[in-house]
Amino acid sequence: MIKVGASRRLPVVICIIMALMLAIVPMPAWASSYRPDWLALTLIYWSISMPRTYSVGTAWIVGIVVDVAHGTLLGQHALALAFITYLTAKFHLQLRVFPALQMIATVFALLAIYQFILFWINGVAGTYADAVAYWGPVVSGTVLWPFISHIFSGIRYRLARSF
Amino acid sequence: MVADSTDSEHRSTKSPALGLRLLLLAALSIILLVVDHRQNHLDAVREAIGATVYPLRILVDAPVSTWRWVRENTAGRNELLLEMSRLNAERLLTHARLQRFTALESENARLRAMLDATAKVRDQVQVAEIMSVSTNPFRHILVINKGSRDGVYNGQAMIDADGVVGQVIEAGLLSSNGVLISDPDHALPVQVNRNGLRTIAVGTGEFDRLDLPFLPNNADIEDGDLLVTSGLGGAFPAGYPVALVDSVLRIPQGPFAQVTAKPAAQLNQVREIMLIWSARDEPGSGAESDSDSDLAAEPGSESVPGAETASPVPEADDD
Repeated sequence: MIKVGASRRLPVVICIIMALMLAIVPMPAWASSYRPDWLALTLIYWSISMPRTYSVGTAWIVGIVVDVAHGTLLGQHALALAFITYLTAKFHLQLRVFPALQMIATVFALLAIYQFILFWINGVAGTYADAVAYWGPVVSGTVLWPFISHIFSGIRYRLARSF
Repeated sequence: MVADSTDSEHRSTKSPALGLRLLLLAALSIILLVVDHRQNHLDAVREAIGATVYPLRILVDAPVSTWRWVRENTAGRNELLLEMSRLNAERLLTHARLQRFTALESENARLRAMLDATAKVRDQVQVAEIMSVSTNPFRHILVINKGSRDGVYNGQAMIDADGVVGQVIEAGLLSSNGVLISDPDHALPVQVNRNGLRTIAVGTGEFDRLDLPFLPNNADIEDGDLLVTSGLGGAFPAGYPVALVDSVLRIPQGPFAQVTAKPAAQLNQVREIMLIWSARDEPGSGAESDSDSDLAAEPGSESVPGAETASPVPEADDD
């Protein structure tokens, strides 16, 4: 585990950094409310396939970085990401054998929970928020899930074969 | 599937720790949220983490800036000539205006000296490039490539060629975050240029609309009125254009009229903004950037000399 740690971690860390870059890349105003939660999707995938290496701790640290990058309250994305990663890491054995359609529905639910936590913290902090607009990233993220999981599983099999 | 088997082996020993870790991290996030929401103690932490995100921002910005560089370098001769003639025409026009402006400026200084008011010293300006805009639909944030190393401070005003863009809320070392005037949390003390009527322009979350929620039904305001900063909040220097009023709806049964305005600055199209070092600003003042300080500063209008003399209430001398 410790011996292969570095070579196994690097590709996933690069995935997370790529997702972070996609999360801060400038987009036109009409599209930015449909920007998928790239980091949430990435962490969902890797916490299902490697829950021992990537779970709540990774998600929390990534979330803090997202909070700084987006200028939101410190801890907001961290809490939301840690919570959904907890769910996926906890039930990773069940989630791995889900058929594709059921998995898409689960991702939809996870993203909805994620947005709900953000919405809830915004509400408590008194930030104005239009509840309908929170659905944009949930829908776009769910639509993109099959492609993202396909790309990631390619990376994962290449990783598994390298040992 | 080597990775899978090694991962699942320890599931039984790991599961309780997972819940415990979540609880700890959730508690930590809630503490962070409360501390961050109540006070600004975490600015140093934000600055440190922001410095690690900075290379990523440069990477993200690289394709766009390379594309612009390539386009600038391969622009055809005709295009360049066209642009040159356009710029020349613009320069002539501005120069003509400037001639009158210098005369007006000296006249203004003379009049102000007679009124014993503090003369308005010309503000110092620095251009900053925008690295990204509005990464979150509910917060209109932009990131600029100037930080505290260049003298940027929290609460500093940002303008573009047409009007006020926003203000700096987090001055990092190399880059800073600014909030746009269209941010739903942002409020800005303004006055109507035509008659000096003071009010507050509140962001709506849409790039092309500001609300003026605190105007009574009989307020002297109409379509096309130019709103300029009043300088009362302390964050913005007075006299910069903010928005044009585009609809006034008087509601007879309600206490306030429904007035909206269109920001003068191109909030969703700017590439460069200008940071203002006002003569009155001293670094560190106006650090409480958000609506609270602006709203709080509005009633205490006597504290700012010059602004009072510039904004007579229209009814006062008629009756």
